[in-house]
Amino acid sequence: MEVPILRQGQFLIASIQSALTDADLSHLREALIAQVGRSRCRGVIVDVTALDVMDSFAVRTLRDIAHMARLRGAETVIVGIQPDVAFAMVQLGLTLKGVATVLDLEEGLAFLHRRTEERFLETKPKRPSERG
Amino acid sequence: MDTKKSMSVSTRTSDATALSESSAGLLRELVAHLRQNRTQLREEWARRITRAELLTAMTEEEIFAEATAVYDNYVEALETGTFEALQAYSRRLSERIIPRGVETDEVVGIVLLLRDVLARSLFTKYQDNVEKLNRILDSYEPAANRIANTVAVGFVEERERIIRQQQEAIRELSTPVLQVRERLLILPIIGVIDPQRARQLTEQLLRAIRANRAKVVVIDVTGVAAMDSGVANHLVQTVEASRLLGATVIVTGLSPEIAQTLVTIGVDLSEMATVGDLQGGIEEAERLLADRAAPTTQVREIAPESQR
Repeated sequence: MEVPILRQGQFLIASIQSALTDADLSHLREALIAQVGRSRCRGVIVDVTALDVMDSFAVRTLRDIAHMARLRGAETVIVGIQPDVAFAMVQLGLTLKGVATVLDLEEGLAFLHRRTEERFLETKPKRPSERG
Repeated sequence: MDTKKSMSVSTRTSDATALSESSAGLLRELVAHLRQNRTQLREEWARRITRAELLTAMTEEEIFAEATAVYDNYVEALETGTFEALQAYSRRLSERIIPRGVETDEVVGIVLLLRDVLARSLFTKYQDNVEKLNRILDSYEPAANRIANTVAVGFVEERERIIRQQQEAIRELSTPVLQVRERLLILPIIGVIDPQRARQLTEQLLRAIRANRAKVVVIDVTGVAAMDSGVANHLVQTVEASRLLGATVIVTGLSPEIAQTLVTIGVDLSEMATVGDLQGGIEEAERLLADRAAPTTQVREIAPESQR
């Protein structure tokens, strides 16, 4: 199943609608990373509200997306992890270390706005070298 | 006893069909006897209950009233061979007497006493006819044992049901998740944490984080006397799971003993934000919330240096 990737201002939103196979996940990763560069995005939101199971491959792919997008100059935030899923992940030791996670899409957008503003403030004095 | 048994066996083998026919008749005779001597046997039974100092929580009148009801149900169960009515009665009886502190051994004791009183009256009645006495006892004993069993099991089941109910109630009561202000939750934990309760705590907390859109959670463990590695690890997992939902957890009120135990047994708490007491925890939480409102570095916590 293809995951739609929407563009909202400076951010990309990938909203997962149903359970994904490993191939779907890899495809999502490639599509997201390609689009980040193409559309000069500053942030990526992956919405997993619809997922009631998350295996190690899914978690690793999400982490990879976050790290790869960072290398391409965009912050990533995972939104909408269900309480049960969160606890199951932690018990399996899949804690998404180093990846930002927030409650839902709204929080995700607020988070990215804050982050990009921050980066703007941080980088302003030492222009023109953009941080990346 | 041995002679009796061998005798009953010999009767059975010699005339099996006649016996099965007559056993219904014997039971009828037995029931008629018990009905006839109802008052006297009932009184005898109540006397023996008092003498054995059973049911001390109840007055003599109450004992007599219950004894009458039990006696009638008992005879009825003997007569009909169905135990539903007796079961229902013993459940109701248990409901009445459990709150008054009647113990299992007392209930079993009075039912066995009734069995003895009735058996003894049968001995007296048929003392001249041993063979008939044996046959009467053959039909009386299994039924009487089953009745004793039914009442005792009914009592224990009722007790267990009450205990389960209370456990559930205590568990519900003991895990309140409180919202102190917008986006700030407090979870005070009091008492012993067993694995089941720990799990329930986590589930409730995660649900509450979602329902209240909480950003910061303060878990206060001032009321927890001891913590083993299992519970400590569970706490760490709860912190991690809360982070996945976008909430920061601050643990407060770790007692000196718990702090020493946790470090000694080597639980890794480096990922956990801890503050001395609840007051400090709330202050820290408000700082975090203020930080989040203004665009400053909350992110450092979410993405540690090493991961960049």
